[in-house]
Amino acid sequence: MNKWITSALLAGALVSGQFLGQAMAQDDKDTVRLGIDVPYEPFVMRDADGKLEGFEIDLGNELCARANLECSWVEQSWDGIIPGLLARKYDAILSSMAITPERERQVMFSLPYYNTPSVWITARDRDIDIDDKASLKGLSVGVQRGTIRDVYVTQEYGDVLDIHRYGSSQEVVNDLKSGRLDLTFEDFPIANDAIDFRQEDSPYKQLGDSIKTPTSIFGKGAAMAFRQRDKALAAKFDKAICEVYADGTFDKLMGEYFDYDLSVRPSEADCAQ
Amino acid sequence: MDQLNAWFTQLLAGNAIFTANTLGFYWNGLVTTVQLVFLCLLLGIVLAVPLAIGRGSKRWWIKWPIYAYTYVFRGTPLLIQLYLVYYGVVFFNGIQDTIFWEVFKDAFYPALMAFTLNTAAYTTEIFRGAIKNTAKGEIEAARAYGMSKGLMMRRIILPSAFRRALPAYGNEVIFMLHASAVASVVTIMDLTGAAYYVYARFYAPFPAFIFVALIYLCLTFSIMFVFRRLEKRLLAHLRPRGA
Repeated sequence: MNKWITSALLAGALVSGQFLGQAMAQDDKDTVRLGIDVPYEPFVMRDADGKLEGFEIDLGNELCARANLECSWVEQSWDGIIPGLLARKYDAILSSMAITPERERQVMFSLPYYNTPSVWITARDRDIDIDDKASLKGLSVGVQRGTIRDVYVTQEYGDVLDIHRYGSSQEVVNDLKSGRLDLTFEDFPIANDAIDFRQEDSPYKQLGDSIKTPTSIFGKGAAMAFRQRDKALAAKFDKAICEVYADGTFDKLMGEYFDYDLSVRPSEADCAQ
Repeated sequence: MDQLNAWFTQLLAGNAIFTANTLGFYWNGLVTTVQLVFLCLLLGIVLAVPLAIGRGSKRWWIKWPIYAYTYVFRGTPLLIQLYLVYYGVVFFNGIQDTIFWEVFKDAFYPALMAFTLNTAAYTTEIFRGAIKNTAKGEIEAARAYGMSKGLMMRRIILPSAFRRALPAYGNEVIFMLHASAVASVVTIMDLTGAAYYVYARFYAPFPAFIFVALIYLCLTFSIMFVFRRLEKRLLAHLRPRGA
């Protein structure tokens, strides 16, 4: 009798152990958690049901399908997005993060998948020359804290403009509309969506050209970010990025969300590796 | 001394974060924080004394509005009050064209206003409690001397109430210093704002926030020290003889 019980217990332990092993293998191997800062329209937002949607969600899901990975999305606010990656709250960042030397010290980047210019915006009736620094003295500019636009404005205009740093881009737009800010220096897509500045009769206008240089600040473009050690995972996504560019999937997705070009076609040398 | 100097230079040489530039940010932040907290406490006291006296009034139309005010401002988070003052005022149509805009355009004055209203609410309740606890005997003695109500308030009740309120008020000062950290959400570069900036610029949460925490600690201990000294002097009559 005793023998029966022992062997039944043993068999049960074996079977459950096997299931447990399988379940863990699935978690470890195939499920990749992607960190993203929501919302950042039209890259990522929530639909009426609260589901995530947007260009980066579509692109991310497409990349995961090509790399044969199961992906899930983890929401994380921008301020803490790199510490969150390093603390293993997710395995990669896919959140319009521009490649910069400072960030490269902390994380490893994939190939860039898009790049957008930044724009100066002001009220249409204002007469401001952004290149004439002396005339800018005392004007206020709003930027989102810690972004490359914050760095650019601090470096290039820190001595003339009064820089207001906000936690989110909505707050910048709010204060531009309330009249607290004379200027804002915004990412083109955010501005395009939140501020009406491209029509002739809109209350705001773009100042000067769109800004993409110096690359020491604006970088090569936005890329996925990984922990330094996850080289194999990064290589899988690099390959997927090359594929979506090569067969036109990227352009198709881009056409669904944007009326301007933000592609950064990877070179053949980058894709050959 | 030379050795110490060399040691210090070497200490700073190895890091990319605490440069003269970022230390300047922290210094400006310290100045802003101290300014903001000192001004709001000063204005808070000026408001709180009459409100505390009114709060104990027998007339309902004085008593109840003050109670409602302290109830609302103690019952809601300071952050929400700050958001309402800073982002809320722009929803008054045309405020941009009035003289008020000169005040509300800047981030400093809306923050000062929210902080003042908040600390005044707490201070009112602290003072009111102290006034209420005045010994019956002192009031009777004042009456026996034929003092009028105003004179009694000025000579007897308020001086002893302030002394009794001192420890609780010291806490309120420290709370206010800590609460002022929320000012950074409306673009004010206070101590926390400077720490946020350094954090966001270098992606280094620990150095940025530990450094700022140490500065807050020093401020808190200085405040505690001042209030200890004050209590020792002003509450000397309550200590046992010879102690």
